[in-house]
Amino acid sequence: MASGEQLSAIKDAKVLMVGAGGIGCELLKTLALSGFQDIHIIDMDTIEVSNLNRQFLFRQSHVGQSKAKVAREAVLRFRPQISITPYHANVKDPDFNVDFFKQFNVILNGLDNLDARRHVNRLCLAAGVPLVESGTTGFLGQVTVHIKGQTECYECQPKPAPKTYPVCTITSTPSKFVHCIVWAKDLLFAKLFGDKNQDNDLNVRSNDTASSSDNSEDVFERKKDEDMEQYANRIYNHVFGHNIESALSNEETWKNRNKPRPIYVKDVLTDEPLQQLNGNLETDNNNFSTLSAMSYLGLKNPQDIWSLKENSRVFFAALKLFFSKRHKEIGNLSFDKDDHMAVEFVTAAANIRAASFGIPLHSLFEAKGIAGNIVHAVATTNAIIAGLIVIEAIKVLQNDAKNCRMTYCLEHPARKMLLMPVEPFEPNKSCYVCSETPLLLEVNTKRAKLRDVVEKVVTSKLGMNLPLISHGLNLLYEVGDDLEEDMVANYEANLEKVLSELPYAITGGTVITVEDLQQELVCSINIKHREEFDEEKEPDGMVLHGWTQAPAVEKKDAAATNGASTSTTSNSVPNNLEDDDDLTILESGVETISSGKKRKLSDVSNPEEKRAKKVPEQIDDDIVMLDDISKENENSR
Amino acid sequence: MNGEELTEQETALYDRQIRVWGVDAQRRLSKSHIFVSGLKGTAVEFCKNIVLAGVGSLTLNDDNPVTAEALAANFLIPFDENMGGGGSLAELCCDSLKDFNPMVHVSVEKGDLSSFGVDFFEKFDVVVINCCLLAAKKSVNEKCRKLSKRVAFYSVDCRDSCGEIFVDLQKYCYAKKKIDETVECQLQYPSFEEAIAIPWRSLPKRMSKLYFAMRVVERFEEVEKRKPGETSIADMANVLKLRNELCLAHSLNESQIPDTLLERLVVSTKEFPPVSAVLGGILGQEVIKAISGKGDPLKNFFFFDAVDGKGVIEDISTSTP
Repeated sequence: MASGEQLSAIKDAKVLMVGAGGIGCELLKTLALSGFQDIHIIDMDTIEVSNLNRQFLFRQSHVGQSKAKVAREAVLRFRPQISITPYHANVKDPDFNVDFFKQFNVILNGLDNLDARRHVNRLCLAAGVPLVESGTTGFLGQVTVHIKGQTECYECQPKPAPKTYPVCTITSTPSKFVHCIVWAKDLLFAKLFGDKNQDNDLNVRSNDTASSSDNSEDVFERKKDEDMEQYANRIYNHVFGHNIESALSNEETWKNRNKPRPIYVKDVLTDEPLQQLNGNLETDNNNFSTLSAMSYLGLKNPQDIWSLKENSRVFFAALKLFFSKRHKEIGNLSFDKDDHMAVEFVTAAANIRAASFGIPLHSLFEAKGIAGNIVHAVATTNAIIAGLIVIEAIKVLQNDAKNCRMTYCLEHPARKMLLMPVEPFEPNKSCYVCSETPLLLEVNTKRAKLRDVVEKVVTSKLGMNLPLISHGLNLLYEVGDDLEEDMVANYEANLEKVLSELPYAITGGTVITVEDLQQELVCSINIKHREEFDEEKEPDGMVLHGWTQAPAVEKKDAAATNGASTSTTSNSVPNNLEDDDDLTILESGVETISSGKKRKLSDVSNPEEKRAKKVPEQIDDDIVMLDDISKENENSR
Repeated sequence: MNGEELTEQETALYDRQIRVWGVDAQRRLSKSHIFVSGLKGTAVEFCKNIVLAGVGSLTLNDDNPVTAEALAANFLIPFDENMGGGGSLAELCCDSLKDFNPMVHVSVEKGDLSSFGVDFFEKFDVVVINCCLLAAKKSVNEKCRKLSKRVAFYSVDCRDSCGEIFVDLQKYCYAKKKIDETVECQLQYPSFEEAIAIPWRSLPKRMSKLYFAMRVVERFEEVEKRKPGETSIADMANVLKLRNELCLAHSLNESQIPDTLLERLVVSTKEFPPVSAVLGGILGQEVIKAISGKGDPLKNFFFFDAVDGKGVIEDISTSTP
């Protein structure tokens, strides 16, 4: 049990939990049992069925309700005396500003995305409140402590970039199932059911010589006299037949690759009574939530791998169901892993494409995991990590920073340890977030617009929520709710201007200031003019120095999709957890899969090696040397 | 793939964990039967974890009435000024656990742990005892070993901010996944009695100090006929005397069992909830591994101490030199 000093530190503490999900439920319970009296909790999410296997404060009857509020009620049942304040809101809301953060003694993160983590990190730095950060995936987890000026901040170490795929891999030369999924989801699904005005790299041109006048026509437009059957057949033949055929005509591409096989409806569904399916579609119910191509076709087990024929039938059934039963949504749909029919369609389309390219087919269950970028989660790891968060939080509250540790929860022991404490790293002296080191931006100031800098640097790379850009004392751009209308118009106009033509021109040698008033983060950026950029290596058309991103971590197919992952991810320590952002497509035409937010143990092993010699002085005599950890993990695999 | 498929309901509920351990493991879990005796905070954490994981059944054994102290460490029992209205710990925990996952059969077995014979344990695949005396650990472990089927035995203890897990899987075979191949692995576990009988001087150097400290306290409670955790600062002198005797007999330097560590175990015998969460989590994971046959199981002791933050596995078996 806790000592007297511990108990009083706990009793007097006011803590903020960010996230009431997998880690959050365990954390709230453990905080309450440990004697914490004043707990605030922010979570914007509502409860889903797939949460119930681990988020034990929630029941079936709570599905759809606020996580923060239900978690509070559940804990008050066994600890009615304590105060729990829930906020069903996004932590990035302006209400949660520096002053809000200042009221707490420590912030405890149980978040599921990099963006929110960076945001909370900055608020903690600005408010001077210590942060205990955490993450889990499968059997792996980690807890880190961030105290301004004493330890590294969350952003001192580069975070791995999301995995990106060259656009031609997706459109022309897929070699892995994930490429087929990205194609099916971001190109085909988006083209058929999403916003028609959005850029899409799918080949929509039919270059049949027979109708050269049709050359400019989008084959995805349904013709006036065309029935559903004809339309569906035409789409199928176009994307799986014609497009492959035209890709094959480029012989250079296939010199060192296996040639794909065009697939046409007539090759697959020879004896298919599709009319029967039509009949069903007409008569059955209109309840969207139970609409399913699988169930119409009598396919039950989502773990089964369907044949090419079955996939084709699912493709047709889902396509027709969308057009007949969910017609109103067409044009506005974006892929959602919880939209069963969308998952069916994407699975079927990805599998048909995989069959073309000789890539092994996958089950709906597996395809859903890849398409939805679903991170694996179990209750036990979350419980362990939550316990470790509380242990660190208590040290922070006792001002015992020197004994704080970052702890890795491993799947395979390293030096006999399943739970491995490591001394926190010192702040990175050149971290742009916590050290005020200026950044350097190389950009063609005569060509790039302010909008490019805002989108490619300020929001995406620097992760600013409400940015303000100034040149000396002159404001160039600002985002906020309380702006005058003429200012908004002014800023909008500035966005479209080339840097050197702005009212206060940005040219080589200019220093601009970029700040986020909510995060209270201020960065200076030195501008360096450069004429040319390599389109492939520098697709942004600008390069930001002083800001680093670790190399992308490719999501292992096996780990992502089947249960055999337990032994394949042994030394990757995650930085994210649970339902993460979906696959996204970058403006530059490069596919990204945001799996890369995981931080591999091996990625952090360099700084560990540097510090390893120091560790034994701090921890007792049988501490391990850290430089062998990665190796040992390799061996145990 | 063997046996029936998971239901749609199971697939939806267990989606995220099936992505960790696979359908096969989930099916095996749903057919497993677990027995837990002694419902202190750590056992309660463990119960929550395996009920969520979706085992077939969980049988709870703890006739103790609900006290203020038990209530303080237990998130399964709703706060009640009447201390649960006369129900036993097991009965009250049972009600809550059923609610966690309607697909798991949770029930109560009344009676003293020592009264259960060998046959009783045959119904189970896994037996977990929490906060038991040395004699109970030995005897329940032996009963499990007498059965023709393998009943996995675990004992878990948490005192102050540290704790210990012991595992006996007897003869355990499993498929170990290497990078490209699957290798059949076999592990031979000693019983608790066999493990603790190994002379200390023949144990590997740098053995976790908690191992020795736990043995001293365990022995002290047995000699003095105390209940587990029924010790106080007044006992320290005698505990230190026993420590010295044992160290002498085992030719172990007394510094391997520091006074401060013993004092923590003897004086603050209550569980520290974050440590219970950690131990209950590790134990849950180990039981899931043993049932599913997936992953390297822990052999055969695990120690966690919040003071240094390390969670360490020690192999203390007759077969090692």
